Amino acid sequence: MIQFNEVSKRYPNGHEGLRNVSFNLGNGEMSFLTGHSGAGKSTLLKLICVMEKPTSGQVIIDGRNVGRVSRRKIPYIRRNIGMIFQDHRLLFDRTVFDNVALPLIISGYPHREIGRRVRAALDKVGLLSKEKLYPIMLSGGEQQRVGIARAVVNKPPLLLADEPTGNLDPELSAEIMSLFEQFNQVGVSVLIASHDLGLIARLPYRVMTLKEGQLIHDGLQQGASA
Amino acid sequence: MSNKDTNPLKGAQVSQGSTFLSRLKMGLRQHRLECQKGIAEIFRAPISSLMTIAVLAIALALPAGFHVFLKNAQSVSSGWDNATQISLFLKLTVSEQQAIGLRGELEKSSKVAKVELISREQGLAEFRELSGFGEALSFLNDNPLPATLVVTPSTAFSDPQTSEALLNELQALPEVDLAQLDLQWVRKLYSMMAIAERAVSALGLLLGIAVLLIVGNTIRLAIQNKREEIQIIKLVGATDAFIRRPFLYSGIWYGVFAGVLAWIMVNTSVFWLKEPVRNLAGLYQSQFQLSGLNFLEALQLVGVATGLGFIGSWFSVGRHIRDIEPT
Repeated sequence: MIQFNEVSKRYPNGHEGLRNVSFNLGNGEMSFLTGHSGAGKSTLLKLICVMEKPTSGQVIIDGRNVGRVSRRKIPYIRRNIGMIFQDHRLLFDRTVFDNVALPLIISGYPHREIGRRVRAALDKVGLLSKEKLYPIMLSGGEQQRVGIARAVVNKPPLLLADEPTGNLDPELSAEIMSLFEQFNQVGVSVLIASHDLGLIARLPYRVMTLKEGQLIHDGLQQGASA
Repeated sequence: MSNKDTNPLKGAQVSQGSTFLSRLKMGLRQHRLECQKGIAEIFRAPISSLMTIAVLAIALALPAGFHVFLKNAQSVSSGWDNATQISLFLKLTVSEQQAIGLRGELEKSSKVAKVELISREQGLAEFRELSGFGEALSFLNDNPLPATLVVTPSTAFSDPQTSEALLNELQALPEVDLAQLDLQWVRKLYSMMAIAERAVSALGLLLGIAVLLIVGNTIRLAIQNKREEIQIIKLVGATDAFIRRPFLYSGIWYGVFAGVLAWIMVNTSVFWLKEPVRNLAGLYQSQFQLSGLNFLEALQLVGVATGLGFIGSWFSVGRHIRDIEPT
């Protein structure tokens, strides 16, 4: 699903975001990405969703080299990636329903289909009763779940999450993680960037650790050493 | 229909059928929603939008108003084409009797519609009255003015060529000292109006550009206000075209509203001027009535305004939406 071949990213200001990173995330695989802030987690995620392009090396998503795609094709790549952000990135002037419906509207789904799918996604994250509310009326955990519903509503084969539990208490964090596990169980590839090592340690998934732009660990557990 | 299976992970994206008709229906629905969104955008900040629309409307109303002015001037002067007159200044030796005889002869001609005789005495009296030389003229021993026949040609002999021929014919009459065609001033008026028409076109062009810039700038500000929203929508996979559309509709709506307001402005001004103009026309024994923009012209005005709104926003969104990238 995701393949990095000796990827480096150097920013115009000379800062090196990633240095020679290679890994492969298979179809239906779930993995954590960890490391201190500034270690390159965000750079790695941005390369996947084509917000940045690699300075060298190849980033291949779903068989396509995204470093080479034209500007016009970028939106279509992003439609196959569900993205979840620490700051949720919701539209505050639209209802929960409209926020979740956004990816479907963009892709031009039929009206009836949109209603059905949005409600299914909201049901999944337990917010079906709040579809008419505005994000500002929800708690942080609920806002995050709206973000997750939006990411999964068009059933993308890949989910990316950037510090999805960043501001949440342990109980809510565990709830969110179990949501990701459920998506993974139905075949979705999941990559979660997080520095919540305690939480990661309790889960039996692959952990990739970045340090100063380099991948220093890739495998089960032991993430705690970073 | 079978492309349902090409990407199993994408699930039932096309399960409702991807027939051309259903796509068209969806597309139209989407356009209707975006059209509404565009109008909602204008009503979200009604005061500032109203001010923008007023500025646009004034920029449109100015050339439209001048156009109305010219149109009315043309309708007033169009009657004057046929008002060609030939003044025959008779020789001083021609007696009043002869002059009357000549008038009778001319009136019989098919080339002439009407002949009016201004005798030497009448001419002097008129001149005394109009020139203000009243007292001075009484010192003259002799009346220096000739008798004059004012000939109005028949319709067939009113246009420049035929009236010129008639003029030569009349000039050749033995009684006539000088024949003069009173057409020069009509020609001058027409060429002045041609200049005015050009000026209005130039003004219209400049103000049209102003409308483009105003709409472009308004849309640019709207885009900047929605910077964050645009970033989010791009992250979720929106194409530039999708993001562009509500802004384009906003530009179109600005044009529509400005066009309608400009129309109201012009016709209100015309209505306001109607009474005084009728009074003035009455003083000249004319039935002339000021007319505003008719329905077709109003439609054109709104159409042009809409087009300008669209083009202005098109230039703006093309540049600015491209620049906003998610970070």
